[in-house]
Amino acid sequence: MKVLVPIKRVVDYNVKVRVKADNSGVDLANVKMAMNPFCEIAVEEAVRLKEKGVVTEIIAVTIGNKAAQEQLRTAMALGADRSILVETEEDAQPLAIAKALKALVDKESPDLVILGKQAIDGDNSQTGQMLAALAGMPQGTFASEVNVADGKVKVTREIDGGLQTVELSLPAVVTTDLRLNEPRYASLPNIMKAKKKPLEVISAADLGVSFASSTKTLKVEPPAERSAGIKVASVAELVEKLKNEAKVI
Amino acid sequence: MGILVYAEHDNNSIKGATLNVITAAKAIGGDITVLVAGSGCGAAAEAAAKIDGVSKVLCADNAAYEHQLAENVAALVAEAGKGSSHILAAATTTGKNFMPRVAALLDVEQISEIVAVESADTFKRPIYAGNAIATVQNSDSTKVITVRTTGFDAAAAEGGSASVEALDVAKDEGKSAFVGEELAKSDRPELTAAKIVISGGRGMQNGDNFEMLYKVADKLGAAVGASRAAVDAGFVPNDMQVGQTGKIVAPDLYVAVGISGAIQHLAGMKDSKVIVAINKDEEAPIFQVADYGLVADLFDAVPELDSLV
Repeated sequence: MKVLVPIKRVVDYNVKVRVKADNSGVDLANVKMAMNPFCEIAVEEAVRLKEKGVVTEIIAVTIGNKAAQEQLRTAMALGADRSILVETEEDAQPLAIAKALKALVDKESPDLVILGKQAIDGDNSQTGQMLAALAGMPQGTFASEVNVADGKVKVTREIDGGLQTVELSLPAVVTTDLRLNEPRYASLPNIMKAKKKPLEVISAADLGVSFASSTKTLKVEPPAERSAGIKVASVAELVEKLKNEAKVI
Repeated sequence: MGILVYAEHDNNSIKGATLNVITAAKAIGGDITVLVAGSGCGAAAEAAAKIDGVSKVLCADNAAYEHQLAENVAALVAEAGKGSSHILAAATTTGKNFMPRVAALLDVEQISEIVAVESADTFKRPIYAGNAIATVQNSDSTKVITVRTTGFDAAAAEGGSASVEALDVAKDEGKSAFVGEELAKSDRPELTAAKIVISGGRGMQNGDNFEMLYKVADKLGAAVGASRAAVDAGFVPNDMQVGQTGKIVAPDLYVAVGISGAIQHLAGMKDSKVIVAINKDEEAPIFQVADYGLVADLFDAVPELDSLV
């Protein structure tokens, strides 16, 4: 069984981003970039399924500029067998990304597509669901457990009230939540081996997908700052302030 | 034209999150139609008709919608919402699950988690875990939007008298099935709706120690939340997580106990009106956003708090 794992290159989650002075966006110059954390979980899940003998081939894909090859190499160092870069200089939005992925799904016919539930830059949480709709596949979003058996996948999902389990026919889309697994680190020998694994570069035009967007970002601003308040000396003083000053209890 | 709002409900009543979405719809402007989809959801549809500002309720009562499976609900909403100026749902795990499918079916982009309406086509939304706020303008003829409920007040649940129409559309895609669910049972208010939230972090040391927080919470009518560290350590279940990838809350009072204040946690609670931090590490970043900080061992402070409230 074949698994497609779409991943995204984003600002490292430890970086505190700053808004540019002209409010045109966030400053990404000389900022550390990394694989989106939810995508790492997706790669790890695919690798575990392969280790269990359920999966035979893992294909990592991304849509982005040349630099995104770095994250594809990381995915291959973690266990993906080969990878595809759909190269574009444009800032692709989820719908266009889903369309590009749909074109790759048509080409590769994976049984399962595993991807992160959201990227920590745009915080959209759309791509997996959109791909599922375009490809006519069922979806198991926000997964905390994935079991493949008898041509179906059972997905336990993290929902607001607790957990929900759904059973999906294959092919299906799964998006990963934080507690699905703990991703491994790539070992040095595997990093070396990944350099020899195949990385195919396709231009967006070859896939017949346009990255033009109907959504325009007019401006990006820093959020309203919260300033630190006061330190209280005792619990009694705290309770007094909450009752008489803040009037919240 | 008009705005279609997808309602969340328990078959009898409309969930609070939907009332915030109605307020967002009012800010956009236009006739508001509420879609109630479920199995045996007639009473919920009647309740939706009473919400202030709603002009029509569509009730899609069919077994296919019983568990809000994304495949079936998205097909329904895409059909019911075709031609609407906007389709809105709360950015809960339900809305986040099916709405992007609706957008893809209609071949339009989605605008996720708006926190403000600037005009009918321009909205504000947080990006980078709330470290930046983007103002975005969308030119699609139908705008598919999820609404972060903390950005909008709740509309009045009473005062409206909309008509209720049955929507006899059965969309069963047949590719997914509900197996089961484990829902947290609690008499405490829902995290996202509570006026007071008390959250514990890694400093709680174990799940049993959360009992201290439950005791104080019950005296104050508060909900209890947790940081990701506490959830990952297995102290409490995932549905209690407050943060970028958990629940976003904005209560009148948020009490962070033994939480250091990682940016991912702050992203989930920094819009609270009053923030209290109790932590023994006076350098903890949580103090930078707290209105009232108490540097103390939580195992002394929480029992004392319990005795004083």
